[in-house]
Amino acid sequence: MNKRSKETLFFQILRLGTYVTVSTVVALLAYLVYMGSDMLSFSFVTSFPREGMTAGGIYPTVVGTLYLMALVLLLSLPLGVAAAVYLSEYAGERESSLVRIIRIATANLAGVPSIVYGLLGLGLFVLFLGFGFSLLSASLTLSLLTLPVIITASVEALKTVPHSYREAALALGATKWQTTKRVVFPHALPGILTASIIGLSRAAGETAPIMMTGVAYFLSGLPQSVIDQFMALPFHIFALSTQSPNPDLTRPIQFGAVLVLLLLVLSMNLVAILLRTYYRRRLS
Amino acid sequence: MRSPKRLGEKIIERLLLLSALVSILLVALIFLFLFREGLPAFAEIPLLSFLTGETWQPVAEEPKYGILPLLSGTMLVTIGAVGVAVPLGISTALYLSEVAGSREKEILKPFIELLAGVPSVVYGFVALTVLATAVQTLFGNTFRLNALNGSLVLAVMILPTIVSIAEDALSAVPMEYKEAAWALGASRWETLRRVVLPAASSGVFIGVILGIGRAVGETMAVLMATGNSPVVTADFFRSIETMTAAIAIEMGEVVYGSVHYSALFAIGLVLFAITFVINLAADAFVERSVRRFKR
Repeated sequence: MNKRSKETLFFQILRLGTYVTVSTVVALLAYLVYMGSDMLSFSFVTSFPREGMTAGGIYPTVVGTLYLMALVLLLSLPLGVAAAVYLSEYAGERESSLVRIIRIATANLAGVPSIVYGLLGLGLFVLFLGFGFSLLSASLTLSLLTLPVIITASVEALKTVPHSYREAALALGATKWQTTKRVVFPHALPGILTASIIGLSRAAGETAPIMMTGVAYFLSGLPQSVIDQFMALPFHIFALSTQSPNPDLTRPIQFGAVLVLLLLVLSMNLVAILLRTYYRRRLS
Repeated sequence: MRSPKRLGEKIIERLLLLSALVSILLVALIFLFLFREGLPAFAEIPLLSFLTGETWQPVAEEPKYGILPLLSGTMLVTIGAVGVAVPLGISTALYLSEVAGSREKEILKPFIELLAGVPSVVYGFVALTVLATAVQTLFGNTFRLNALNGSLVLAVMILPTIVSIAEDALSAVPMEYKEAAWALGASRWETLRRVVLPAASSGVFIGVILGIGRAVGETMAVLMATGNSPVVTADFFRSIETMTAAIAIEMGEVVYGSVHYSALFAIGLVLFAITFVINLAADAFVERSVRRFKR
């Protein structure tokens, strides 16, 4: 075989691999949209389940998931961004061993399985601190899980701000904090937002950690405070398809719930990807 | 005039440092609580029989706490997932970074990124309802939910990790390397194979390692796909149970503070140790690949 045809052959193999991957995604999403679209309606999302969850909608699970997301955002974003600002702006060029340890710890935390966060949440929040099996315990657990994602990506966003910006501000007599707050931070904001959206969408889809810290199989009302239990969309899918008396009966509801979760999570991801592409183009 | 401003700056710096320390605190807390809740198990179960016992029957009359079946279950699905995802992932990364035009790449890449955004419970649901039936129709296996089913769905889940990290590494190879190879008369394929891939190898390897880490720690998808029966087997068509699945399923029924409860935390400890080592290995390779192009 000559050089040319060998090259063509191998490139075609690579192309095949790529298109197998991409068509898996397309097929998967198309199938789920197709199966779920029958159920998808305004009343499905806004009405309570009826008849032992075999009929009706998924309202309390959607509300539960939105509550979770709001609390996670509130708890993890300020802390995560503050940590990132320190690591990127204050830690200095030659990193001390403390900063090095922080970096390694953060990188490692991003790889810790979500179920281990669940164990921590159960041990620390539910039992040790006595928050019980509740919305609060679950939100705190998911916040810890989201934190490393936000820190890592925010550090990267801060690093893309050119050095000359900082130098210009400092040369004008601005303090370190003024420079960070007024010059560096606004430029890194889109990147930080992207990271937060992705972190939050991941938290919204997590199931295992909330199973151990506060989610309920069925509740007749919405949670009234953070110490109440709650229902959540991802757990609802799991519960109906594996824990309910007759999973086949509720299959349409399951597909409907899957589509709602996908729409929620993927639209967030899409916004994040578009935001990033837009700002990357504007910067270059 | 200046000193209050200085003081404010110092306070802010301290507060930011405090926030950054949360990462270390979090690692410490994970260690602390896994040990605190997990260690009491070893007052009842000898460490050796915990790690090498071939039977996991925590709710039997005479409970047995051997995690070997769970370890082997995790290993089996991980090996299967890596076997499928690594060739697919690396060829996708190679294609995107070296072969595809920039327009094609811009269209294809978001799809792979979307894959990373799909929650694991959705993957589990697809594996449970659709993939399992497809596998059974194809192979006629007796166990509808099995290790193969788990491996396939895990493979799809770890693909984005492998592709994006490998692609970054391939794109980071300096243009001069390629130009030098072309100038010597190498074809694009030869350059790719002999110059670009070796130069990016540690980065590609990091992608694979992190993919393995994700596969080991994945819970919901394997729980819903594999059938959850704790047996030691290398047969992909058998139902198996992973460490993560055992924790997730049994923690809901356990009495807090019991031996079984502690044993589940002890599994968490083993799991945490495995992923920690995997992550540290990835870190070590990051350092190496960073140094490589710095010369």
